[in-house]
Amino acid sequence: MSHLSLRGLTKAYGKMVIVDHINLTLNEGEFVSLLGPSGCGKTTTLRMIAGFIEPTDGTVEMGGKVISMPGSVMPPERRQMSMIFQSYAIWPNMTVAENVGFGLKLRKLPAAEVQRRIAEILEVVQMGHLAGRYPAELSGGQQQRVALARAIVVKPAVLLLDEPLSNLDANLREEMRFEIRRLHNEFRITTVYVTHDQAEAMATSDRIAVMHAGRIEQVDAPHLLYTRPKTRFVAGFIGRTNLLEAKLEAGEIGFDGVAFQAGQVDASLNGANRSVLLSVRPQSIGLHRTQPAGATGRPVVPGTVTQRVFLGETWDYLIQPRGSGIKLRVTAPPLQVHEVGEAVWLEFDPRQMALVE
Amino acid sequence: MPDTAASLPEPVGEARGTDRLGLLGRLRHVEPVALVWLLLIVALLFLVVAPLAKLFAVSFETQGTGEFTLSNYVTAYGRARYVDALVNSLTLGLASAALSVALAVPMAWAVSRTDMPGKGLTWGVVMGAFVMPPYLGAVGWMLLAGPNSGAANRFWRWATGAEGPLFNIFSFEGLALVIALHSFPLVFIFVKAALDLISSEMEDAANILGAGTWTAMRKVSLPLVWPAILGAFVVVFLETIALFGTPALIGIPARINVVTTQLWQFFEYPVRVEVAAAYAMPLLLITVGMIVAQKLLLARKGFVSQTGKGGERRPIKLGPWRWLLFAWCALVGLLSVVMPLGILVQASFAKAWGRGISLDNFTLRNYQHLIFEHEMALTSIWNTIWFSASAATMAVLIALLVAYIVQRRLVPFGDALGFLAMAPFVIPGIVMAIGFYAAYASPPLALYGTAAIIIFAFTARFLPIAYANSAAAVRTVHPEMEEAARILGSGRLHAIVHVTAPLLKKALLGGWLIVFIVATRELSAAIFLVGPRTRTMSVLLYDLSEAGNFEVLAAFGGLLLLITLVLVGIGMKLVGRDFMLRRN
Repeated sequence: MSHLSLRGLTKAYGKMVIVDHINLTLNEGEFVSLLGPSGCGKTTTLRMIAGFIEPTDGTVEMGGKVISMPGSVMPPERRQMSMIFQSYAIWPNMTVAENVGFGLKLRKLPAAEVQRRIAEILEVVQMGHLAGRYPAELSGGQQQRVALARAIVVKPAVLLLDEPLSNLDANLREEMRFEIRRLHNEFRITTVYVTHDQAEAMATSDRIAVMHAGRIEQVDAPHLLYTRPKTRFVAGFIGRTNLLEAKLEAGEIGFDGVAFQAGQVDASLNGANRSVLLSVRPQSIGLHRTQPAGATGRPVVPGTVTQRVFLGETWDYLIQPRGSGIKLRVTAPPLQVHEVGEAVWLEFDPRQMALVE
Repeated sequence: MPDTAASLPEPVGEARGTDRLGLLGRLRHVEPVALVWLLLIVALLFLVVAPLAKLFAVSFETQGTGEFTLSNYVTAYGRARYVDALVNSLTLGLASAALSVALAVPMAWAVSRTDMPGKGLTWGVVMGAFVMPPYLGAVGWMLLAGPNSGAANRFWRWATGAEGPLFNIFSFEGLALVIALHSFPLVFIFVKAALDLISSEMEDAANILGAGTWTAMRKVSLPLVWPAILGAFVVVFLETIALFGTPALIGIPARINVVTTQLWQFFEYPVRVEVAAAYAMPLLLITVGMIVAQKLLLARKGFVSQTGKGGERRPIKLGPWRWLLFAWCALVGLLSVVMPLGILVQASFAKAWGRGISLDNFTLRNYQHLIFEHEMALTSIWNTIWFSASAATMAVLIALLVAYIVQRRLVPFGDALGFLAMAPFVIPGIVMAIGFYAAYASPPLALYGTAAIIIFAFTARFLPIAYANSAAAVRTVHPEMEEAARILGSGRLHAIVHVTAPLLKKALLGGWLIVFIVATRELSAAIFLVGPRTRTMSVLLYDLSEAGNFEVLAAFGGLLLLITLVLVGIGMKLVGRDFMLRRN
């Protein structure tokens, strides 16, 4: 059942269009990330969902009712949502318990119930022993947990997160990623999560909407975004890739002496002969010292190592196929060492390639 | 918490009831901020725009008929005496500003950059000179350096057997010195703040290239704070030409006429407000012009004083020279605070102040007279306190609302509100007072002699202080603090009351106290607007000085000082030691 829908949602300041007719539907209990570089409009979108910004066009609907449209915006306080802010916005003049209880008191719950729920949620985020502390006495990670508790304790219809981990150091960020997903698994609150960090989005989300220049480029489950990117931007933004210009001719795709059946990339692919853009992940290319046997449908070409970088977890090689102007990025495990100038063989796997626009 | 998980998510509640939001829905969502905005516009028009507009209009009107005329300007500048007053004001402004810079820059450098001893003491001197009402210092110096009976001059004649006085305070130099001894803290604060931002590495870089301490200071440190020195110079200059109390106390007996005292004479019977308005125009134009010019000058980037980062800082080792600097600071402290206050307190407990300190000269009679017998003394104290408290409350309230609306960008053209709130900054107090007199003294409002006109004038005059303070305070509260409250279900007003206001409390209290304190000693705006029953302490002090009873005058000064000290003490306790010296 669709719970939250954005239909043609747009925000423009004068001629500058920040969010450009985006459509997105979240099912009840779903966790969706808005992922994109800074300035792509993801935070503006989130703030339109929250009701802090009025759209210039389009609507936000919740449970089938319009809650935002140009000229008429239900104020944030009536939306039954919660939000976690980039600055956490933990009120420094209130204790942890007072911060968490703020929303409950506004809902006019009996005092005993308020106390019970504060205690419960603080246990869930492992902050029970710090209920009486003031925010200034907490670490960044602890403040983050308070923000989480404060947002979840009111049982919101929708939970919004605006780059919640960007102020934490790397280790803590990783820990909080799993914490956020754990809490989602426990409470199943419909969630919109804004981030520019793809690892964060992948670790937490059911689906990811990749945004670029005010538009949504693709919405898919994390592994599909990686294996089947639909646009040049998504292919480059999620992970790293080689973008190759190729020709589609008579059911075959070919570039620089490599050719294979188009059906291997995409079974539904057909149509006229044309140029296509191919995304080939560096780790999908096999690297061999001697010419491999070459399974059916896996083209093999010789090449030369032109550059290499050791990154710890992998070797990062730049290989020039023989007689070609292009250079391919190929990754290999740490023990597979090739010298610059060495002749090698590349083995492609068309099933791991994707055609992008 | 398994039961919670099972029950989630709950129905969306109210959202279900709100179908496509129609016209009714939209009206319900109109924020009350529009109404507040309208009220603020009205208040600012009343407090700032109308008095100035009226002042301008009146300067072109014939008294009584209101017909257009240029004769006011002819009268105002038709006599050499009036033009001389303008020249005197400008010269006095330059002299006082130059003296202030000379007094304060070595002190600021010493406290900020060197290992001079007694830095705490120097801070105390600056603070003391800053919080002391300016005319109190003037009264002290009248007792110290009057040509015949001044204590310092009598000591000089006794010690040297000379005929003439050492120093006559009733002279142009005397006037400039007394003003500078009160104004130098402004220069100190500006310059020290700028010096504090210069990293020692700046000086190290000069040292490594061969410059000594003295050369490094002259060629690197001082040029870097040049904008601060210039800014302070301009501020002292403008304060001086707008100052009324000290020129009235010292200048009038010395027959030195300046613009402010001349304006006062236009208000002596028969009141010629049209001529006064015309005569005040240059004062207004000079002030506006200089502040605009300064803004333009400082808009150029590239001075360290405008970047925030300090870097490592080490005090410069001065060796024996540090005692010379300390002596300088001590001398300034002696002249600006210790000596004038000492003589003031002595005189206030004396039967005849000229007889010096002795047991048979001691009396409480002066205080007794003021507190139990004088018909106006207690009334004026009460007036001062409640006028100032009302003005401070109004100013902070208006300033806070304007600052909030401007910074949260709640309305289009909000910046116009901010501009109006800051505008009185460029209006000399005395000009503002004449504007209020012209606009509201006569019918239809007929506010002359009422408390209201003084409170309104004080509010307008100190609005910029309150606004700068409030704007800085609002800036420290991240908008997300409020948004976090709103998304959890609190309306804008509820969020302001329960989240923003508690966070701003301390800063607003500080702003309120500063406005209150400066209002309690305000003379120039008050003296044109008081009636027989609405005299303030500052005005009464001026009245007493005209009456010539120095013992009672000193005792009243003592009362004023006591009240100031109590207020400043409260401020330090509540808001922090340096709350009056912070630059907004």
